[in-house]
Amino acid sequence: MPKWFMPAAVICGIMFALSPVLIARAPYESTMGLVQKIFYYHMPAAGMFLVAAVVCGIASVRYLFGGSPRQDRLAWAAAELVVLFGAIALVTGPLWARKAWGVWWQWDVRLTSSLMGWMVAVAYLLVRKYGGPGSDKLAAGLALFGMANVPFIYISVNYWRTIHPTTNVVPTLPTSMGVPFWFCFTAFVLLFVLLLRLRVRLEEQRSRLDVLYLSLDE
Amino acid sequence: MNAFVRIVWLVVRKDLTVEVRSREVIYTTVFFAVTVVLVFAFALVREGRALGDAAAGILWIAIAFAGTLALGRTFERERQAETLRALLLAPADRPAIYVGKLVGIVVLLVATELVLVPLIAFLFQAPLFSQPLWLTAVLLTGTLGYCAVGTLFAAMLVRARSRDVLLPVLLYPITIPVIIAGVRGTAALLEPTPDVAIIRFWVSLLVAFDTVFVTLALWTFEPLMTD
Repeated sequence: MPKWFMPAAVICGIMFALSPVLIARAPYESTMGLVQKIFYYHMPAAGMFLVAAVVCGIASVRYLFGGSPRQDRLAWAAAELVVLFGAIALVTGPLWARKAWGVWWQWDVRLTSSLMGWMVAVAYLLVRKYGGPGSDKLAAGLALFGMANVPFIYISVNYWRTIHPTTNVVPTLPTSMGVPFWFCFTAFVLLFVLLLRLRVRLEEQRSRLDVLYLSLDE
Repeated sequence: MNAFVRIVWLVVRKDLTVEVRSREVIYTTVFFAVTVVLVFAFALVREGRALGDAAAGILWIAIAFAGTLALGRTFERERQAETLRALLLAPADRPAIYVGKLVGIVVLLVATELVLVPLIAFLFQAPLFSQPLWLTAVLLTGTLGYCAVGTLFAAMLVRARSRDVLLPVLLYPITIPVIIAGVRGTAALLEPTPDVAIIRFWVSLLVAFDTVFVTLALWTFEPLMTD
């Protein structure tokens, strides 16, 4: 484990413990009131969901054309984080939507595309688990196609009526909401990095163990 | 380039010859597609008419399901006699082999659609033939996009365990945009007065998907099919 890991983990823990206090002290949003506060966790989780998908896609391309097992382990770890952060975003989103829109789910382009990206990641994990030999490359191909889809669905935003808040909400936040928001966002980035490192390390140790077993057999 | 076209043609001819002699995939696929249409008709027809845009949705669901079946069967045949390995060992460009398989599957699915479209127009009183050129464009671009991904994944899955389950699991999430564009484009065709601008938008979106999917598949077929 690298030297920075333990201190970073402690800082991340403290930040998550403090975040409810900061969120509670932030002012109420004028029209949505209390329910808007879920946004402090929803948006960072959704952001990490996209970052993880991109990391998984890039690592998969590099694995396919370079063949380094390190990239494969990174892609696997990132795919699991896509599922994790995607699940957080897909649960917190409907909780907010029930109050703000009156329905749990809307077939809005943002929601549909997020669900699709999440399902690609779940399919990735299914392939890794049940695909048998050769599934690493299969999964890498899947991650590549999954990543290629994302920009397309963003184009169709212009043609579909979308009711999901747009991306210009965050830059225009007043300071009283911006500070807790960026605090939570940093906590999520830290959590993402820590989990990714931990998961890659687990995979590294597994492959080292495999090598040891093989050399024992010889 | 000439050699490329020749290999594509040889692979297509081989696949079609096998199919014409056995007719296994085409018969089962068409029958299955018709069954799917009937199942959805039970669910979505009220008082003799389909609900809203149901006809467009049913058409594309039937194409997607039948396509999965055709892809699975086509490559299962290659696996049983280890002929896919022989094909890959041949001194031929891998992308050419991919394009050959892709064309073969598109031909099979288009043949299925030739049965499906009149059937749906007949059963759901859908004016599918009011704009025959646009309908052909939507169907061809949609089928190509779906098969481009399907051929690649089905070819990769030949070696995998539990491939029958994994093919739809991999294929559907990736091809959802193609199915959405196909359904929306067909639904626009079924309007009492079809808006050509809307249809053109969905067709151009499908062309864009086709370009990206075929490019990605050609680019990755070689590393993906190498052990």
